[in-house]
Amino acid sequence: MSIDLDIILKKYKQGKREDLIPLLQEIQDVVGYLTEEAIVKVGSFLGLSTTKIYGLATFYSRFRFIPSGKVQISICNGTSCYLKGSQEIINKIKEETGVSPGQTTRDGNFSYEIVSCMGGCCNGPVINVDGEYITQVRVEQLPEMIKRLKYVIEND
Amino acid sequence: MLFTIQVNNKKIKAEKGETILSALNRNGIIIPTLCRMKEFTPTGACRMCVVEVEGHDRLVTACSQPVEEWMKIKTHSPRVIQARKTIVELLLSNHPDDCLYCDRNLKCELQRLSEELNIRERRIRGRKIKPRLDQSSPAIVRELSKCILCGRCIRVCEEVVTATSLDFINKGKETHVGAAMDRDFNFSSCVHCGQCVLVCPTGALHEKHNITEVQEYLHKPDIIKVIQYSPLVTVGIAEELGMRYNKEFDRILNAVFRKIGFDKVFTTGTGTDICITEIARQLSEKIEDGSDSSLYISACPAWVKYVEQFIPSLIPRLSTVKSAQQITGVLAKTLVAGQLGVKPEEIFSVSATPCIAMKFEARRDGMMRKGISDVDSVLTVRELARLIRLHGIDMTNIEHEPADEPMDGRSSLAVLAEVSGGLAEGVLRSFHYLKLKREADKLLFKKLRSGSSFREVIVPVGDIEVKVAVVDGLTGLEKLKASVASGKKYDLVEVMTCPDGCVHGAGLPFTTSKDEIKSRSKLVYLADDTEAINLPCKSPALINLYEKQLKGNSEIADMKIFYTHFEKRNVLL
Repeated sequence: MSIDLDIILKKYKQGKREDLIPLLQEIQDVVGYLTEEAIVKVGSFLGLSTTKIYGLATFYSRFRFIPSGKVQISICNGTSCYLKGSQEIINKIKEETGVSPGQTTRDGNFSYEIVSCMGGCCNGPVINVDGEYITQVRVEQLPEMIKRLKYVIEND
Repeated sequence: MLFTIQVNNKKIKAEKGETILSALNRNGIIIPTLCRMKEFTPTGACRMCVVEVEGHDRLVTACSQPVEEWMKIKTHSPRVIQARKTIVELLLSNHPDDCLYCDRNLKCELQRLSEELNIRERRIRGRKIKPRLDQSSPAIVRELSKCILCGRCIRVCEEVVTATSLDFINKGKETHVGAAMDRDFNFSSCVHCGQCVLVCPTGALHEKHNITEVQEYLHKPDIIKVIQYSPLVTVGIAEELGMRYNKEFDRILNAVFRKIGFDKVFTTGTGTDICITEIARQLSEKIEDGSDSSLYISACPAWVKYVEQFIPSLIPRLSTVKSAQQITGVLAKTLVAGQLGVKPEEIFSVSATPCIAMKFEARRDGMMRKGISDVDSVLTVRELARLIRLHGIDMTNIEHEPADEPMDGRSSLAVLAEVSGGLAEGVLRSFHYLKLKREADKLLFKKLRSGSSFREVIVPVGDIEVKVAVVDGLTGLEKLKASVASGKKYDLVEVMTCPDGCVHGAGLPFTTSKDEIKSRSKLVYLADDTEAINLPCKSPALINLYEKQLKGNSEIADMKIFYTHFEKRNVLL
């Protein structure tokens, strides 16, 4: 993993603090999440304190500090989706996976997060499973979906 | 340029470029502030200082808005007061209701504001912040549920201490102040200086209390209770207990400590004298060797931790002489134990200091021998005042008593060491006397005493020129680095973490006012100007120690107990 980091860091200029966010984004794209090692390395590379980097990164909900699941689900909780019952969707997914938003299941299969709007307001509630949008989700279809995904992960 | 503005229907003079707040304060109008700290750029975050300006739809923050000629301001209109009240009510909505048990009870800014604004009921109810108590640091305790997110600690840590170990973590209602990776404080780059404790408006940050363990030991019959206090403690106690300081305070405190139940009372000043003498000896050896590396004074424990984590390359340059507290502590556990015929573990050694980092220093690796620490408990001045009140001692009506031998006296240089530049001056004056057998002219050190955060001076000692630098607050380090990079060499460098030195220490009564800190410094300089014993080598206590006591005790005659070692630290920087 540290080799990856060094390759990424080479693309940036040492001490150029305004590169912090793009740099963190690239690390997250490659590694999957921001490791403590990565934050410390970026800190000494840009001349910033780890405290400041962690403070900034936690401000943005897109940065993660634990590995995401093999399947990553985003649930829209924007105004329209909320009115269409997204809260029930969230509750059902919480029940099915047994973890809270932002966390990853113990077997490493699932993680999910709540986002504000995905731009599909007329088709709510909207969820996104590994980049694929599912519109007008109904609570009843979720257990079947999770089961299917689990089967795919385990037999992949 | 002066011009007139209208405030509350009266005309007042304002200066171009200043903020509304500064114009108001100069004209005797007080408005409450919360997130504001003098000498820092205003943030206008808490909105406590809002005022009504005619022509503005919204209320404006007085701390950040520049004053303008046409302004008509209302500082205490019903609208303004309602706004301020709502802000405090919102802050209180999720605040734990435990003022009675809080460290800052009666000294809390939030409490004062809610009193001033006449808040008499909990109008807004919010979900309480999940309590999180971080006691991992040996010096500073964090109680996150009491934090009102004013951000003062974050700014002090970044802009004054330059350790940057705190920041806001998360956002929205999840926001809290934390260290790197939101880990506990002992993993962080915190240097334990406690400047954050001084600026915290509530009890969210406070020193780790040692008062309970001191009390517990005070009642153990077969333990010898020993206390040492640093010269500045007397000034601090006078402030904290609202008394007028006078020169007899040392002798009053001696009596107070004995009444509380301490068997032996020592002055840390004797330790400072030893510290000065030993550093002067190291300086002399260094100059004789013709070495051009600098000798960095290591008396400030926060600075030592700063070096160990941020500039490990400097560790070999740090003077290995222990700090005054540890020297006095180790003497109590060796020399005094020997005199009394008891084992070191039968002595409970307490230190009263103006410093929070000393609590951390007493727990350092090199400050223990065979698992027994030299200083068992460290009390800040605030804790000590609590202990005095707890024991119901009337300080105005008490006999004056001397301290106990062998650490019963000090030179005026031991007091001088409490201000920034004082320790370097003390070492040089001792060095001067060591070399030439006559005292140095104090005017030589005038430039070391006050000014910017980095000061330098060349002191001629006979035909030697000693180059000295003083870093007053860690912000001065950048200037030192620049100066060293430009090829300058220094023989002796003193660094103090707290700006102005120990007189700004975090264990002293809460104040951030420059004037109060200055008046503490004045008392220090006054002591140096008026006291007769103005060099460690003239102090009878020190002469007795070096000539008789140390030589008579084979265990410590080599004086190794006055020295320690430093190691690189791995923390999250």
